[in-house]
Amino acid sequence: MTQPGPADHALDNISWLWRLRLPTQPLLRHLIFALCGVGILYLLTSLLSPYNDYEVGEIALYVIALAGLSLLTGMNGQISLGNGAFMAVGAYTMALLMTHTQLNFIVELLAAIGAAAVMGLLIGIPATRLKGPYLAGMTLLFALALPPIADKWSTTFGGDQGLTTTVPNAPGNINPEEWLAWIQIIGALITLVLLANLIQSRFGRSFRAVRDDEIAASLTGIHVARTKVLAFVISAGCAGLAGGFLGLSTGVVNTGEFPLTLSIQLLAAMVLGGTGSLMGMLWGAVLLVYLPQWSTSLSGYFNLGSGASAYLATIIFGAVLIVVMIAAPTGIQGGLRWTWRHISGSMSRPGAVIPPVSELPGGQSPHVPMR
Amino acid sequence: MGLFINVTLDGVSNGMIFAALALALVLIFRATKIINFAQGAMAMMTTFLASSLLAQDLGYWWAFVAALAIGFVFGALVERVLIRPLKGKSELNPVVVTIGLLVVLEGMAGAIYGNASRGFPAAYSQSGITIGHSKIAFSHFDVFIVVAVLVLMIAILVLFRATTLGLRMRASAFAGEISRLLGVRVGMLLTLGWALAGVAGSLAGLLVAPTSSFSPYYMDLVLVYAFTAAVIGGLESPVGALIGGVITGLCISYVGGYLGSGLQPLGALVLLMVALMARPEGIFARPPARRV
Amino acid sequence: MLEIQDLSVSYGAVNALNSVTITAQPGAITAILGANGAGKTTLLRSISGLVKPRSGSIRFRGEELIGRTVETIARRGVAHVPEGRGIIEELTVEDNLRLATLWCLGRHERQGAIEAIFELFPRLSGFSRRHASTLSGGERQMLVIGRAFISRPKLLLLDEPSLGLAPLVTAQLMELLRNHTDGTDLTVVLVEQNARSALSVSVDAVVLNLGEVVVSDTAAAVAADSGLRHHYLGF
Repeated sequence: MTQPGPADHALDNISWLWRLRLPTQPLLRHLIFALCGVGILYLLTSLLSPYNDYEVGEIALYVIALAGLSLLTGMNGQISLGNGAFMAVGAYTMALLMTHTQLNFIVELLAAIGAAAVMGLLIGIPATRLKGPYLAGMTLLFALALPPIADKWSTTFGGDQGLTTTVPNAPGNINPEEWLAWIQIIGALITLVLLANLIQSRFGRSFRAVRDDEIAASLTGIHVARTKVLAFVISAGCAGLAGGFLGLSTGVVNTGEFPLTLSIQLLAAMVLGGTGSLMGMLWGAVLLVYLPQWSTSLSGYFNLGSGASAYLATIIFGAVLIVVMIAAPTGIQGGLRWTWRHISGSMSRPGAVIPPVSELPGGQSPHVPMR
Repeated sequence: MGLFINVTLDGVSNGMIFAALALALVLIFRATKIINFAQGAMAMMTTFLASSLLAQDLGYWWAFVAALAIGFVFGALVERVLIRPLKGKSELNPVVVTIGLLVVLEGMAGAIYGNASRGFPAAYSQSGITIGHSKIAFSHFDVFIVVAVLVLMIAILVLFRATTLGLRMRASAFAGEISRLLGVRVGMLLTLGWALAGVAGSLAGLLVAPTSSFSPYYMDLVLVYAFTAAVIGGLESPVGALIGGVITGLCISYVGGYLGSGLQPLGALVLLMVALMARPEGIFARPPARRV
Repeated sequence: MLEIQDLSVSYGAVNALNSVTITAQPGAITAILGANGAGKTTLLRSISGLVKPRSGSIRFRGEELIGRTVETIARRGVAHVPEGRGIIEELTVEDNLRLATLWCLGRHERQGAIEAIFELFPRLSGFSRRHASTLSGGERQMLVIGRAFISRPKLLLLDEPSLGLAPLVTAQLMELLRNHTDGTDLTVVLVEQNARSALSVSVDAVVLNLGEVVVSDTAAAVAADSGLRHHYLGF
């Protein structure tokens, strides 16, 4: 960025002031954003009904899963169709610990993250040798292979019934739904702060460098395979935490909660939200939670039979995914950013508008390093 | 010993079906460097349409041929409408679009035909052939599976190796721009590649349907097995798809026969991981002529 | 005759060609010279339809080429030999040749045409069933030139045919080009960095610099202008 010249408009001065007020240290800045988020959400949850609290908590847990996937695909250029299965690993780990041990709740959640991350390591090591579509196929197979294992050893994993989970007791007189939503929101904010810092750190830069050009990245001394495995492990760990939270929301953990559709929906929500953007994952999570409801009311509006209405959400999801991929690959967040740039650009410097990237981040966006 | 033989025979006939769908993946990958994750769902759709035709009292073979023809048109349509706009973009985009198509097709089939699994007739008897005094786990329908897939495979090979159309298709797949400069209508040939893949996929769908629970999701696992087969075969070669299909079929069958059917996808995953670790470019692939 | 008028091509914000006007006569080689980035390759890619120009016209034998597809232009008798990677490595030598005959020759004429190319380049005939990837640089160049000739083009576009060739082979190649052009109705547009050898066989020459025509004259006049040679052609 060039220094703002004297001819620049007021808007630039405002943004300059804005920058002055925020600390330049990424960690501090992200923490301040997170605290603002906590404040807004506190007001929100205390105003909402218990059912809405449940939905807010679901959004929070999907944000966690989507942020991990977005890091993997958007920042590191790897595509995973198996993050639903990593969620299953996290959920079962937590539920098994709850059933058989008296460990602290936090420890159980950390174990869920850890188990999913270890599974991510196992899948991630062969995955480093794979290009995009191969990896997608392998993770797809992973998503299909995992649930039958729980059915096979049904005494351990609870069979069709699954394992039950318990939410720790709420302090004071907070109702349980609100308390669970709080746990999930705090988990999501911690995840987002950590990921936002990671993206701006040395690791984040090497993720992007590997995504843009593996050979060039290796020539600058980046260990390509290690970087790709690390991205995979982090993504799986996020999915593990999200899976644990999903188990808490539903009260039971069984294979029915982790079908192939879940993995596909995560991918779809990530793309629709805006691949590579953490903020966009909020939009994706909102879609995941509310689209089924919207489509049910939509099919009621069109008087579709109950049989067809169950599939309407799926069809809309897939169709929107295709259209977005062909017409607007940067998703909702990309669209918002583009609109904002257009508005602010036409107000200050008409020439400085960066056109939207016409594809998933895959190496040709104009503002990435290493090109 | 009897179990081993029966499991092996079962593996061969399953493997041939995987080979047919793997061939579809290979045809598309050769032509456009895309893996069509919707290939199984497309086959599911054509097979459901065939079952609708059968319900209209159309004879089995008419429905069979109609499903292959619909597969041909469907494949071409998908390439023209969904895949062509992605030309020149990141390799991740077609993955997402074909996954989107998979979701849409399964949703549509569910909305039209319902979720429950239904029956689909087989061309020939599905009870095992009796040799001497014992019945083996290989039926007349299994013989038909093997013959049908081999006929398809040979037809594709003859097309590629012995016709000028095949020469044009190979040239377009290897070097699109140069082929265009030589007057080859590359766009049309890529569409033809997708259309032929549609036929191969439809055949797989028709052959799987009688032996599995025929529901909108019945091709999901077949697709990942076919993907495993195609990757083992190197993703570029039809013969590789055949060999990869049989290897995958046998492996799945042994896992199912000795460890339980629930572990079959895991067996395929292990096979795929081992294959990729051993030779990432596929066991039957030519060493890559890397262009720098 | 090839007539290019006011041709402008841009890649995004970068102007690759700026209002370029060039004519090339049949029965003669027209050399397009200039440094890297002068727009020589872009010019050829515009003629064969690989690049969509921003404005201008390209007429060949009175017919406008802009707006037609690459395949159609090729079928109008325009043979474009791109720089470097002109062969299809995965196909055999014979299939490389056969591919170029498919649209223009009948089923029974093809083999004869392929034999004719093997007579022109006897070296290739021994390798007819080998994959083209096994050929050496000079053999590859023979194959692409032979493949261009096999469709009996009316307009031949050659992009840096001397690249990577030994000087002796380059000289032979240029001689062959001249022999096939003189007294025929073939129009040849030869893009070269090797200006000296290109000028030795061409009738007309155009010097491009940063997307604009600097000089358009007879090859002899360009070769005689020492200032021009020194400034743009490096010899």
